[in-house]
Amino acid sequence: MIRFDKIRWRAGTFELGPVSFDVPFGKYGMLMGRTGCGKTTLAEILCGLRVPYSGRVWINGQDISDREPGKRGIGYVPQDGALFPTMTVRENLAFVSRIRGLKPAASAPSVERLAGLLGISHLLDRKPAHLSGGERQRVALGRALAAEPSALVLDEPLSALDEETHADLVALLKKVQRSLGLTALHITHHRQEACQLADHLFLLADGAVSPLEFAP
Amino acid sequence: MLAATASYSTPGHLLKALLSREIQHSVYLSIVTCTSTALLSVVFAVPAGYLLSRTQFPGKTLVEVVLDVPIVLPPMVVGLALLIFFQTPLGRMLEKAVPLTYTVYGVIVAQFVIGAAFAIRTMRGTFDHLSPRPEAVAMTLGCSRARAFWWVTLPSARGGVFAAASVAWAHSLGEFGPILVFAGATRMKTEVLPTTVWLELSVGNLEAAVAVSLLMVLFAGAVLLAVRKAGERV
Repeated sequence: MIRFDKIRWRAGTFELGPVSFDVPFGKYGMLMGRTGCGKTTLAEILCGLRVPYSGRVWINGQDISDREPGKRGIGYVPQDGALFPTMTVRENLAFVSRIRGLKPAASAPSVERLAGLLGISHLLDRKPAHLSGGERQRVALGRALAAEPSALVLDEPLSALDEETHADLVALLKKVQRSLGLTALHITHHRQEACQLADHLFLLADGAVSPLEFAP
Repeated sequence: MLAATASYSTPGHLLKALLSREIQHSVYLSIVTCTSTALLSVVFAVPAGYLLSRTQFPGKTLVEVVLDVPIVLPPMVVGLALLIFFQTPLGRMLEKAVPLTYTVYGVIVAQFVIGAAFAIRTMRGTFDHLSPRPEAVAMTLGCSRARAFWWVTLPSARGGVFAAASVAWAHSLGEFGPILVFAGATRMKTEVLPTTVWLELSVGNLEAAVAVSLLMVLFAGAVLLAVRKAGERV
């Protein structure tokens, strides 16, 4: 479960909150809203990259508000993928193992497994500069999954993709989330994408989040 | 202008200048001090550029102004300011640990004051152009901020690091005013290439002065070429 509990944030004249909503355990939550309404800020607060003015965030019943970003059990996929540009796809996928002190040989099986799951086995020795938009997002997803997170936060991961790649990735996201039983919060301003993926749909407008009815 | 200068000298003059013991020492000292200054500048410029680019703190504008002051001050004033600083209690304490005034170390300090200012500007520009997101993602994966910087951001900034070092090196090569005031112009001791040009001019040896000037143009050209090539590669 992902829970935002009375989150407030402000920067200059921009104010957000109080924001409270839950994405139930193992479900796919979509957060919609106009550009600049604070969706990314909420994602970054959940990931521990921004400190809220007040309020708490919870993952699977645990208050993670005071934990460092790396100890929250969240896999984060930002809008542009944010791959590590000097590393190959293999090194991006093995990054978590490197942090944990594992040798490349020890992390190889999990890297191969992830690459197989995401259909990027043929890209392992390429650098991010030589990947297409869809390939970059697959690698970013793989890198996030390598940490075996309890929740996924995806910040407009499909926004800059062509129609065909978009459809492929929608199917892949659904498959991965279901097969791993992850709770996901996906940010988008694309209504059709939201209806294709969401178990729960939320709208962020005027600094507050409200549930949104939709026909799946 | 360069062509006119080049046409004033002959290969004979250049060779004669290069064979002079004083000028050989000056070339050696220039290379050693410029390289030391470039390395030292980068060591300061990387964290300073990163902090200025990625963080907000009270007094940031003032810090930026202070760091830019050596760029706009007349070089002689920089030298004078250094001389005065090393007469203060803090300066005297530093001077006691490592004698700087009128020594080779003084040459490096005089070059560093201006070279570092340019290197910090270069590094700040580099970090401004790098997305902070990969570093943020690295932190969500379990990196500390320091490790995320070291493993993710710094490798991405290597082109900027090389450019900052080169800019500091090139500026140090042409530095004259602060060196003259703070480190002096003693032959075979604190004499670097710009000092040589001045010393040769002051005794009326125009041919040697021009030959050394051309040598500096060659060095500067080589550095600029290296930066351009590195920029294409990294």
